[in-house]
Amino acid sequence: MTTAVLFDNVSRHFGAVRAVDGVNLEIAEGEFFAMLGPSGSGKTTCLRLMAGFEQPTGGHIEIFGETAEGVPPYRRSVNTVFQDYALFPHLSILDNVAYGLMVKGVGREERRKAAEDALAMVKLPGYGTRRPGQLSGGQRQRVALARALVNKPKVLLLDEPLGALDLKLREQMQEELKSLQKSLGITFVFVTHDQGEALSMADRIAVFNDGRIQQLGRPEDVYKQPKTRFVADFVGSSNVLPQKLCQRLGLTAPFASLRPEAIAIAQPVDGALSLSGTVAAHSFLGAVNRVVVDVDGARVAVASPAALAVPALGSPVTISFAAHELHPMEDA
Amino acid sequence: MTAFAEPLVVAERRGPAGRLSDFFWKHPHLLLMIMLAPPLIWLGVVYLGSLFALLLQSFFSIDDFSGLINYEFTLSTYRQLLSETNLDIILRTVLMAATVTLASAVIAFPIAYYAARYAQGKWKVLFYLGVMLPLWSSYLVKIYAWKLILAKEGILTWFFEKLHLMWLLDAWLALPVVGGNSLSVSYTGTFIVFVYVWLPFMILPIQAALERVQGNLIEASSDLGGTPAQTFRYVLFPLALPGIVAGSIFTFSLTLGDYIIPQIVGSSRLFIGQAVYAQQGTAGNIPLAAAFTVVPIVIMGAYLFMAKRMGAFDAL
Repeated sequence: MTTAVLFDNVSRHFGAVRAVDGVNLEIAEGEFFAMLGPSGSGKTTCLRLMAGFEQPTGGHIEIFGETAEGVPPYRRSVNTVFQDYALFPHLSILDNVAYGLMVKGVGREERRKAAEDALAMVKLPGYGTRRPGQLSGGQRQRVALARALVNKPKVLLLDEPLGALDLKLREQMQEELKSLQKSLGITFVFVTHDQGEALSMADRIAVFNDGRIQQLGRPEDVYKQPKTRFVADFVGSSNVLPQKLCQRLGLTAPFASLRPEAIAIAQPVDGALSLSGTVAAHSFLGAVNRVVVDVDGARVAVASPAALAVPALGSPVTISFAAHELHPMEDA
Repeated sequence: MTAFAEPLVVAERRGPAGRLSDFFWKHPHLLLMIMLAPPLIWLGVVYLGSLFALLLQSFFSIDDFSGLINYEFTLSTYRQLLSETNLDIILRTVLMAATVTLASAVIAFPIAYYAARYAQGKWKVLFYLGVMLPLWSSYLVKIYAWKLILAKEGILTWFFEKLHLMWLLDAWLALPVVGGNSLSVSYTGTFIVFVYVWLPFMILPIQAALERVQGNLIEASSDLGGTPAQTFRYVLFPLALPGIVAGSIFTFSLTLGDYIIPQIVGSSRLFIGQAVYAQQGTAGNIPLAAAFTVVPIVIMGAYLFMAKRMGAFDAL
């Protein structure tokens, strides 16, 4: 397997601010790689380092085996889909899509055909004569995608491309992006702060916080076995059990994570673990009820199927879960 | 519930002022009309009306013998305008206005670009001060200052001497048309002063246009393979063009109409503004003066039409 992007102990400091601090990662060719984290966590700076808009202050970057430091963005076969699309307002949609080919000196007829094909690929055939201002957010997003893909990049960088779309459109675009990536076989590097998006689309996820990678792995692993409290809290909404509950459950680790959906409000069966407490709050979320149980001052959220009755506020309950659902964590 | 019921409108908002603002809130166009009426009347009647009256004058003629205006429709004034001497004046002025505009745009762009893209905080304040400060001092003082700077005994000559570059200055002044006895009596001098005086009017619109260009468009162009030169050619310049055109309207029309700068700094040959001044003052030929003022209007109209045809305003 060829390595598409390699970060070897890469840092990008802005004065005293360590936007990216000693990041190591290796993205395989053809992979759909997500960089997930809150704003200011360094994920976008990492993307900009790949695109060439930023230069690292330390470490080494390789793109398909070639040193990337000192190579300007316009000489990299890497293209970006920008967060707010960055379509050229003075050019038609066709000229926008053909821009990359135009500056590379591809002939007029050839680039027009390539741009039309790209527009057809993102399901906007015949939109070439319009202006960016005449398109909806979702359509502009597709144009931005076509404009990047028409250059046949070795790596496609996507900077929160779905952030400005409404939920329905976002879900649709997630599926389309995923299938597009599969059919084109291009390496996608996707930046998002939406954990659901990262989990549903990516082959692997790097979770960023404070300029560092907290955890890197397949979505299931990151979701089910968060390595740190930050990951447990940020990816989904895992319960973080404090030390005294961990001790009571027989763990030596200082903290442990426990997914709300892994817990049942029931007596333990078949050697399952259990805790008892009182119902502190509950809310209806559609498919499930979220019930917060107070266990000796620690609040544990439980995702209880909506079909089950919700115990009254203040009533004593026993919660149970299988031992393997409890994941010990480092403190971070 | 009803025990605590308060009236919908609180007590502080129930006075006559409140009712008045309610009235305007219900009739938003009325307020707009009241606010717009005075300036529209001024613009429509006083300003455009007097301009129209002036233009009308150009279709009258002057009686050569008595010097009185003959109020009969005629094109003879325009025939007079197109005489060789007057065409010479028009051509000279238009060429000067065009070179001044071009030079202003070339000098203004980097300054405006820096101000819009990089300057922040106190540097931005410094930029505005630097650009605006010359506008706060008297126009005449600045021109006379330039006359001294450009004079044969002036600081510029001294500077060239100290740098042992007098041969360069002499060679320039020896050139036909742009040269002369000294810079202060040459077209080069007139040009320098025009550029200096009108430069702020070019910088500010370009800066405003560049300010609106999102930084990520430049990154997008670079990302798609555009070299810095291509990014300038295909993205930055087209997006700044409305600002450049706006600035050039100022520099071009101000140069077309000015009669003070060429009178103080430059050769004795006339520009349109001076011709108008001479015709309506000394010569008392109001129709010809009016015909002269039509020239800049026609030129500006043609210029804007061409700019629009070339897509200068597409990015607006």
